[in-house]
Amino acid sequence: MSERKFEPKVLALCCTYCAYTAADLAGSLRLEYSPNVRVVKLMCSGKVDPILLLRAFERGADAVFVAGCAQGECHFLEGNVRGKRAVQHAKRLIAELGLEPERLEFFHIPASDGPLFARCADQMTARARELGPNPLRSSAQQDAGSALEQPRDAHPALPQCRAGVLIRAAEGDE
Amino acid sequence: MIVAQRKSLERIEQMLEGCEQILVVGCGTCVAVCMAGGEKEVQLLAEQLRMRGKLGGLRRTIDEITLTRQCDHEYLDQLAPHVHNYDALLSMACGAGVQLLAEHFEGRLVLPALDTRFIGASDAEGQWSQRCSACCECILDLTGGICPHTLCPKGQLNGPCGGADHGRCEVDPENECAWALIYRRLELLGRLDQIRTIQPPKDHSATTRPGRQRHPAFDADGSED
Repeated sequence: MSERKFEPKVLALCCTYCAYTAADLAGSLRLEYSPNVRVVKLMCSGKVDPILLLRAFERGADAVFVAGCAQGECHFLEGNVRGKRAVQHAKRLIAELGLEPERLEFFHIPASDGPLFARCADQMTARARELGPNPLRSSAQQDAGSALEQPRDAHPALPQCRAGVLIRAAEGDE
Repeated sequence: MIVAQRKSLERIEQMLEGCEQILVVGCGTCVAVCMAGGEKEVQLLAEQLRMRGKLGGLRRTIDEITLTRQCDHEYLDQLAPHVHNYDALLSMACGAGVQLLAEHFEGRLVLPALDTRFIGASDAEGQWSQRCSACCECILDLTGGICPHTLCPKGQLNGPCGGADHGRCEVDPENECAWALIYRRLELLGRLDQIRTIQPPKDHSATTRPGRQRHPAFDADGSED
């Protein structure tokens, strides 16, 4: 590690309808919260997949939190339930591979609660400070493999329409 | 479908010891449906292994690919251009897929990432239960579509036994007694008299391992029996 003081990188994945609006409100209210938080806006916390969370840690995030709507108030009815489940599953997966599951959290933040967003941001930053740097940070740029290219299935040519009549490739051109 | 579950990361790491170039091979059929070895699970396992490798200071490459099926040679051919790059193929298929992969690329190390459990069906989101023991002598016509051989821990073909308590199984009160279920189902179907049919002992020779099967249309000599 360098001599510089450790500054955690915290990623916040925020639902646009609630947590992101709350973050906006926190700004409007001129609330001070930890500048370590990088906010990414999502259409719904239910879009969060465990793989995204794992990749965030592989790329060196010190803490990640997903913030969705309040319980029972999800704009998409149950997106926040799915988001929460994805976070819980990802916590299990990172614990299994040897990272502290506390680096990851899900919060319910209603759109009207700017101060809560600020508190969550501070809490996760404090937690990252306590846990220290993500040990994967130093190897974040190291390539460790990826998905293999698969040839796309060959599809037959789409039928053409001439004078209102469909001509399929198999029938040949007249 | 065939229901399987992923082995622990610990166990998988043990198998992979000493391997530096690893290809995680998923299967897009049964194990994708039971969320054990499909494209998503391949992504997650490969990512876990990458992170684990980095944490352990290993210089290893984990690539991933998911095939439509691993229990058919035709699909495994897609791997042919790639396999020579890897020390190990980590298969996320059921045991049949793992074995066919190992046979298809003989001389390549093929390792199982899953424990194959049973033939089952979906009960609820993320939950499956065993429904069939592949006994080769189906009597579901007589039992209202409920298999006593599988759902009764004693495999009783003529039930119920004397141990059921208020319709619950004495072996595991979590389970409803298969024969209580069959009774109610037959009653519903108006076929309760069928429960009186005495089943002869099961012919276990039918399930002598390994099983083989040839479709009649593919008889070797084409002659009619």
